[in-house]
Amino acid sequence: MIRVQREDFDVGRELAELTAGDRSIGGVALFVGLVREMVRGPAGEEPIAAMTLEHYPGMTEKRLAAIEAEAQQRWPLARSLIVHRYGRLEPGEQIVLVACASAHREAALAACHFLIDWLKTQAPFWKLEEGEAEARWVEAEAADDAAAARWSDRRPPPKRSERL
Amino acid sequence: MKLLYFAWVRARIGTGSEELSPPTSVADVAGLIAWLKGRSAGHAAALADPARLRVAVNQDYVGFDHPVRPGDEVAIFPPVTGG
Repeated sequence: MIRVQREDFDVGRELAELTAGDRSIGGVALFVGLVREMVRGPAGEEPIAAMTLEHYPGMTEKRLAAIEAEAQQRWPLARSLIVHRYGRLEPGEQIVLVACASAHREAALAACHFLIDWLKTQAPFWKLEEGEAEARWVEAEAADDAAAARWSDRRPPPKRSERL
Repeated sequence: MKLLYFAWVRARIGTGSEELSPPTSVADVAGLIAWLKGRSAGHAAALADPARLRVAVNQDYVGFDHPVRPGDEVAIFPPVTGG
């Protein structure tokens, strides 16, 4: 399931809803992205007052659903969830939640890692940071492309190796 | 044709969307960007460096050689930075 929303989310409640009623689930991997206070500014590290996330309504949901479908195809997931916020967020606030539930931990952990890596380079979001002197758009980083690319030639683990 | 702009592309152009009818000579994304540059100083500044731009046609990422047609939704924006 995917959700794009302005409001905050409760990780505990999301986790409970994700696993409710499915006793085949043996593990859940979660990633929660937060707004970091210290960022790289024009003159080195500096604190930001806030970050505003802009997105492309319609395409965002479409791309997140496609990424989730890709993860479902690669790993035997019982359930998965992506929640991504937009709007103005202050340091310490939650931005994104990725959760993957599976019978065994390997699929849950790998799929969760895959989803956050792909989301960064595929989902149409942009970040405007409010720095000390100015607001500036965050540049895409080559490291994020590299993180996403490492999954492109990785095949899902065979089913038997799930049993770790 | 519906044009959408995001992030600093939107800020430089001064609007997030506009409804335009490019001439029939505009056949693909590259041609569309070249035509848009002539619309205003803001368009020219936003679209000056195509290497810094990404494009989606009807909400799918496409290359600059992708065709554009009347009725398409074409979005122009910087590389994405979600997560």
